[in-house]
Amino acid sequence: MEFLSIFSIFVMACFVGYYVVWSVTPALHTPLMAVTNAISSVIIVGALIASSAAAGGSDVSKWLGLLAVVLASVNIFGGFAVTRRMLAMYKKKDKKPAAAK
Amino acid sequence: MEHAATPEWAMLAYLIAGVLFILSLRGLSSPETSQAGNRYGMIGMGIAVGTTLLLHPVGLPFIIGAIIIGGGIGYYIAQNIKMTAMPELVAGFHSLVGMAAVLVGCAAYLNPAAFNILDAVTNEIHSASRIEMGLGVAIGAITFSGSIIAFLKLSGRMSGNPIMLPGRHIINLGILAGILGLIGYFVTDQSAWVFWTITALSFAIGFLLIIPIGGADMPVVISMLNSYSGWAAAAMGFTLGNTAMIITGALVGSSGAILSYIMCKAMNRSFISVIAGGFGDAGGPAVAGAAIAKAYKAGSAEDAAFIMKNAESVIIVPGYGMAVSQAQHALREMGDLLKAEGVSVKYAIHPVAGRMPGHMNVLLAEANVSYDEVFELEDINSDFSQCDVAFVIGANDVTNPLAKTDKTSPIYGMPVLDVEKAKTVLFVKRSMGGVGYAGVDNPVFYMDNTMMLLADAKKMVETIVKNLGH
Repeated sequence: MEFLSIFSIFVMACFVGYYVVWSVTPALHTPLMAVTNAISSVIIVGALIASSAAAGGSDVSKWLGLLAVVLASVNIFGGFAVTRRMLAMYKKKDKKPAAAK
Repeated sequence: MEHAATPEWAMLAYLIAGVLFILSLRGLSSPETSQAGNRYGMIGMGIAVGTTLLLHPVGLPFIIGAIIIGGGIGYYIAQNIKMTAMPELVAGFHSLVGMAAVLVGCAAYLNPAAFNILDAVTNEIHSASRIEMGLGVAIGAITFSGSIIAFLKLSGRMSGNPIMLPGRHIINLGILAGILGLIGYFVTDQSAWVFWTITALSFAIGFLLIIPIGGADMPVVISMLNSYSGWAAAAMGFTLGNTAMIITGALVGSSGAILSYIMCKAMNRSFISVIAGGFGDAGGPAVAGAAIAKAYKAGSAEDAAFIMKNAESVIIVPGYGMAVSQAQHALREMGDLLKAEGVSVKYAIHPVAGRMPGHMNVLLAEANVSYDEVFELEDINSDFSQCDVAFVIGANDVTNPLAKTDKTSPIYGMPVLDVEKAKTVLFVKRSMGGVGYAGVDNPVFYMDNTMMLLADAKKMVETIVKNLGH
């Protein structure tokens, strides 16, 4: 893709991020950090490309890629799971004890 | 640039993944929509990974094995981590993103053909890609080593006190200038030594930047590292020309930046002064705080229970001390008993209470406190003047009225909770010795309407619960 078109996407996404994040309620700032952490592991895309490189390339590069896949996966699964666990705890006042919805 | 044609369907899929990530953050605007938001995030990630695997279906068994190993470890940690350990968990996760970015950068450097960043004519890496790669590796390495230090400090494996090296500002600025200079030079010369020196210097600067920063400034640090992990992903996204990575990087980068801004503002400190480090050092301000023994009133759990039972309204102010002693469950029980007596109970949260943004809210949610009883500083501060009891537990600096009056105080100008306006202040504190992270004495301790409850926070609350219960 042209540098300028991809740069445009980047700039627009910064603005979207700015407005979306200001609308996040302060009570959920910890889950926000956990989920942003999980999605920033989208860097796994790069890791997958490195580890699936066709033979003939650098073997070291391939192993580095696989190691990166492992690390990013820890983050993806860990990040989403812990966010889910936290969010499940935010409950409104409800006199019926733990009425599982 | 001739990024060898990614098929259009794949570009669309990455775009959809990016949009889903936006929606996942959007969901966090309220607790009701947050679970759905988290699911959007998972779907987006599934699409991004799936698309990439379809485009590059080589060596799948190894890759799937790697995902299972990593995913299993991550899931196990997520299910078993204690909520009080959330700040160090997040710091630890940040370090992994940083390291992954570094590894991807190295892999791209070693095998540029696989990443389609090789110039067909010169057979060298595109110069634009070299800048992106250099930046990505540098930011990733800073994120990694900085987060490791943050993790060690937050988990108590390393002292939370700032560690000050002589001449550290000069050293740090020199290294930063060196990194930027080398990234510039990398454009003209793609030799291995340039790339590896950038990487090594970036690891070093991350480490050096975070060691002088004290425990109380951790909310800023952890938000800042959150931001960096995003920018690292964005830089790699430029290298790969991948929209999902770029959108995500921009989102996460702005998110962390905004959180850092909110945290700095809540402490009335500039970002630069936090990064310069040294706040909460045992030096200067503590001397002023090394108090001549002043008269204070100590009380017992029985007194506290009696006062609160006969109050009409109680506002509970939790701080890091509550997290340390894990008092949140006992506290909720105390709140329930008080409510049963007809007392109105609310919680007041200062933005920097705890070690990361929103830390107290998660702990209270864990203890089953309903989120509509929990209020932010600006929403509840005017209520203190009408309330009977302010129950401060494990918080100190965020309640210090000197921040409003004493221009010489290191915390002057920081927005604080006006607990001193309550008819009675019950202040749970381990002992009279420690004076908070800023090293400032708190005049609230010595007011006539303050009763100090000197004990471990959890034990104190449990005893109060017993006294309320009979």
